[in-house]
Amino acid sequence: MSEAFAPRPGSATAPAQSADIRGTFRPAAPPPEPSLRWAGSPVRLDGVTKSFGDRPVLRRLNLDIPAGQFVAVVGRSGGGKTTLMRLVCGLDLATSGEVFVGDTKVNGLMPQVRLLFQDPRLAPWQRVLANVGIARGPGWREAADAALRDVGLADRGRDWPSVLSGGQKQRVALARALVSRPGVLLLDEPFGALDALTRSEMHRLIERIWTEHGFTAVLITHDVAEAVALADRVVVLRQGEVALDVSVDLPRPRASATTEALELQRRILAAV
Amino acid sequence: MSSTLTSAAASPSAAESHPQAREPSVPRITAYVRSVSRALLPWALPLGALIAWQAAASLGLLSTRVLPAPSDVALAFWRTLKDGSLLANISVSTGRALVGLAIGGAVGLALGVLNGVWRPAETIFDSTLQMLRNVPHLAIIPLVILWFGIDEEAKIFLVAIGVAFPIYLNTFHGIRTVDRGLVEMARVYGLPPGALFLRIVLPGALPSILVGLRYALGIMWLTLIVAETISSTSGIGYMTMNAREFLQTDVVVLGVVAYALLGKLADSLTRAIERRALAWHPAYQGEAGGIA
Repeated sequence: MSEAFAPRPGSATAPAQSADIRGTFRPAAPPPEPSLRWAGSPVRLDGVTKSFGDRPVLRRLNLDIPAGQFVAVVGRSGGGKTTLMRLVCGLDLATSGEVFVGDTKVNGLMPQVRLLFQDPRLAPWQRVLANVGIARGPGWREAADAALRDVGLADRGRDWPSVLSGGQKQRVALARALVSRPGVLLLDEPFGALDALTRSEMHRLIERIWTEHGFTAVLITHDVAEAVALADRVVVLRQGEVALDVSVDLPRPRASATTEALELQRRILAAV
Repeated sequence: MSSTLTSAAASPSAAESHPQAREPSVPRITAYVRSVSRALLPWALPLGALIAWQAAASLGLLSTRVLPAPSDVALAFWRTLKDGSLLANISVSTGRALVGLAIGGAVGLALGVLNGVWRPAETIFDSTLQMLRNVPHLAIIPLVILWFGIDEEAKIFLVAIGVAFPIYLNTFHGIRTVDRGLVEMARVYGLPPGALFLRIVLPGALPSILVGLRYALGIMWLTLIVAETISSTSGIGYMTMNAREFLQTDVVVLGVVAYALLGKLADSLTRAIERRALAWHPAYQGEAGGIA
């Protein structure tokens, strides 16, 4: 994906803290190695309708997400956000229309799509490392170790999940999602249960990891400020239809209270 | 016997009041004393009862026809130990108990897993099993004797039936209450059905299965006692019934004590298994235990 999405406006002026795809010099974080990147997959929804009984939750939805884009899907509860997410990862199938991840039509669970749930969903009887490598497979220990290092929990692999804080558990869940190098990472309001400080820490972590690895990210949230802080593009879902589709051309990393950001938040809120 | 036990029970308090306890290594000694007294505390009540009982018997308040003195029971223990009958009977009873547990437990576990994992199986089996479960299994002893005579099979069959239901119920319940979210996570993360069962479903159900096992162990001994007293030519139950014929109340009480100790041993073993198998559970980490 990398080149297709290269120019991120304003990142040259970005202060220290998070790494940047073009490897602008940072005293704190060295530029990411090329090997850290893996290919993101594009996601396409073609006239997708999903009904439960005779109640349509999504109505003839069209959405095109290029590889490597960070999209936030905003909407009220019951607006079809979570349904959209379950269709993309193959937990549910569309009533009509088609969903594509890369070139593959979604017809069941997609191995290249990973989902970060609202709650961490760690198996309490597996140690942290074993939770990260839950699918096992060859070389899973090394991969899980690397993923834990990535989320800043390198030394917690041998702990039981029950001794971790809420934010740490969610970071383990993130490591578990990253371990298989997914083309698409779906984030289903994963920060909702966290306190404000931990939440903004998680925002920075997600932003850094996404910039480093280059996967496609779809964030479901009802928090407009969060959407504007993280995403390249915000899609508002209202009653199963796209009510607004706007790109967020703000420099990264973003301060949440700039005038442009607030103006954008106002526009999005009006559409929700 | 009672005097050595009382001194053991009294020793922690004696060590605490001893002046040496305030020497430099006080924390280690007090920690030691605390751990010893914690280990002994559960035994305080039975030991107290034993002392009172011995006193009552020695003072002639209690007829040996009603209840023998603990010292007589100890003598009976020594006598039956020396002629080998005690160990022979205990091992026969334990063997029956374990074989019955293995068969009944395997059946209960298999049915619990099957019905818990696969809905159609629940539809077919569950209501039948619930009906059978509510029949007191000791009520079919006459039938069992007609089927198997008074051979080993009869006792093992009864134990197996008694043990199967608590294990079935708790396995089934444990599997049904496994966190749906975890199962969904495991599917999204690509676990094949076998791995899903071994890594998510079974460990999730394990606390409940172990509760079933502990409950089953109680039923196991109960069933065995009844089966052995009614029809047997060996085992602890036979030993006590035989002793009753000769008015040997000391041997009868010895049999009861043997059952109590075997039951306690079985329970301690399950607790040890729980501590190992549920090490991940916050309730088994560190000193945590009670809720208050």
